[in-house]
Amino acid sequence: MAVYKQKEVRPAPASTKGAIHWLKDNLFSTPLNVAMTVVSLAFLFWVIPPFIQWAYTDANFAGTTRADCSGDGACWVFIKMKLDMFMYGFYPSEEIWRLNLSFFLFFGLVAIFKWSKNIKIKFAAFNIYLLIATILFIGGIFGLEFVPTDKWGGLMLTIAVAAVGIICSFPIGIIVAFGRASELPIIRSVCITYVEFIRGVPLITILFMSSIILPLFFPEGMTFDKLLRALIGITLFQAAYVAEIIRGGLQSIPKGQYEAADAVGLSYWQKMLLVILPQALKVAIPNLVGAFISLFQDTTLVLIIGLFDLLAMVRITAADSSWLGMETEGYVFVTIVFWAFCYGMSRYSISLEKRFDTNLK
Amino acid sequence: MTKFVKLSIAALALVGMSATAGTLEDTKKQGFVKCGIDGGLPGFSEVVSGGVYKGIDVDGCRAIAAAVLGDASKVKYVSLNAKERLAALQSGEIDVLVRNTTWTQTRDTSLGLNFAGVNYYDGQGFMVRKDLGVKSAKELAGASVCIQTGTTTELNVADYFRANGMEYKAVAYDTNDQVVQSYENGRCDVLTSDASQLYGLRTKLKDKENHIVLPEIISKEPLGPVVRQGDDAWFNIVKWTFNAMVAAEEAGITSENADAMLKSDNPTVKRILGVEGKMGANLGLNADFAYQIVKQVGNYGEVFERNVGVNTPLNIERGLNALWTKGGLQYSPPFR
Repeated sequence: MAVYKQKEVRPAPASTKGAIHWLKDNLFSTPLNVAMTVVSLAFLFWVIPPFIQWAYTDANFAGTTRADCSGDGACWVFIKMKLDMFMYGFYPSEEIWRLNLSFFLFFGLVAIFKWSKNIKIKFAAFNIYLLIATILFIGGIFGLEFVPTDKWGGLMLTIAVAAVGIICSFPIGIIVAFGRASELPIIRSVCITYVEFIRGVPLITILFMSSIILPLFFPEGMTFDKLLRALIGITLFQAAYVAEIIRGGLQSIPKGQYEAADAVGLSYWQKMLLVILPQALKVAIPNLVGAFISLFQDTTLVLIIGLFDLLAMVRITAADSSWLGMETEGYVFVTIVFWAFCYGMSRYSISLEKRFDTNLK
Repeated sequence: MTKFVKLSIAALALVGMSATAGTLEDTKKQGFVKCGIDGGLPGFSEVVSGGVYKGIDVDGCRAIAAAVLGDASKVKYVSLNAKERLAALQSGEIDVLVRNTTWTQTRDTSLGLNFAGVNYYDGQGFMVRKDLGVKSAKELAGASVCIQTGTTTELNVADYFRANGMEYKAVAYDTNDQVVQSYENGRCDVLTSDASQLYGLRTKLKDKENHIVLPEIISKEPLGPVVRQGDDAWFNIVKWTFNAMVAAEEAGITSENADAMLKSDNPTVKRILGVEGKMGANLGLNADFAYQIVKQVGNYGEVFERNVGVNTPLNIERGLNALWTKGGLQYSPPFR
């Protein structure tokens, strides 16, 4: 009986592996690529060493006042001394532990999401967390001191605005998307009008409306919270975009799915929530996260209605007459923070896509 | 349905009632003054470490709180930008606006606002390098000028150079930071902006000793506190709060000697501090309202020196903002 003898595995030819090959394949494959590689490297050499020199070699880290910043480099002392302002805005310093606590509780929530398989527990934990965080942020009950929203600012305001915008716009967006795909003409036309109206105006206009025009319609002396007005505006704005993204997801679901759900006798809501929506959302994940990232960045627009988010804090802190001229350091710091958040969100989106990938393409 | 209607009517009635009461009563009831400021303007309203507001405009708010409520810290600051500031005042979101707002005819009349005084006489000026040897703006013929676009600054410069028959080259940028940067890099010989801003911008330069602000001021920018039209009692309070600060400086009352001054024999001092006369009652305030202002906030000179004066990073001379007796424009009608 002939016995099959496995041949020894030979190494791949030298020309198809290793760093040299990778370089050849990716950076120097065609004359155009060679040129682009050279130009890019030259650009990096031109940009990076001066930046490192400014941001690290010549930079000042120690000290507590502007006088400690000698030399030509960055003055990170400024960021160090103003970090509280960047993070918490005008939040009373003796109450800052509340914000830190909600931040740490968030990791608890993440842990529950990681280890629990039960969707009901996850949902309950999420809502409990939101409730606790809201109470901690605003206060006014359980002996916590009430902190009015004009004391909010910095990264904490950025996160609060983005979180409210994302969380509230999501269900509204789903309902509007359903409405737009509905067969009932009144509901459909109301939803279409809403979406087209909101998408026809820039966010900045909506913020202006909510902050400047709206109060003029109220009787004199009646005002309601500026941040709340902005939040409503942002939520309505974002909901229109979420609705369109989800509608795109709904349309990608084959008609057979709808008919099958009808055939087994599911009601409208059972059909939509149990059969259609999960599939539609899966398709919509990349676009949804993209919209949420852009909302996170759009929160910086609240500057124009006099709310001081993380970016606006640069303007405020650099206007302190003992720290004039520190805008560059502030903007670099804010860039890093924003990048970290947005990159984190986009990585999360990729992991969601992988998790829900059922390979049906 | 009827319940809902009743509720709405009740709510409307409530709103109507609170709107008809005067600003003074509302302020006393809520226990703080709603004051609009910029929040990011060095020397005028800035936030120092710990989220504490300071500046000339902020001290204006504090003075009103001291006068009305007897406590300078009872202020709710609302940060407003240039576009929304007037609407916020009209809608009642704030009760007084102390946000380096220029007193113009249009704002004072058709916009339904009242300017209660001038807490800073500003105007557009020029900054140049010392080594240019220029001593006056009249010598700037042929200069290149760094300007921020879309501001009245741009128009004022054009007017000024044309009126003096001089040529110039405008180098315009979008933001103040870019203007400073390009001036520092030598793209232009002259930087122009409001004088109060120029001093702030100068501190951003690396070699700030080598730059001077020229004496010429080419536009009038009287900055002052603003209130809504139609509430004269409140208008009077804001007006006389600022007058009290100037009058206190004229009479030599400072936050340090205010207590000693209570025993002064000078009748003017007595009237200002409320020892004699009924200045406070005339305004519907306590007799010691001006004493509280000076004691807690300071007189005009103290406020100026503390926030923008020569010992601060802004290093601004009193100039037009000196008392009228010292060649400036600050002048209070008599306390009588």
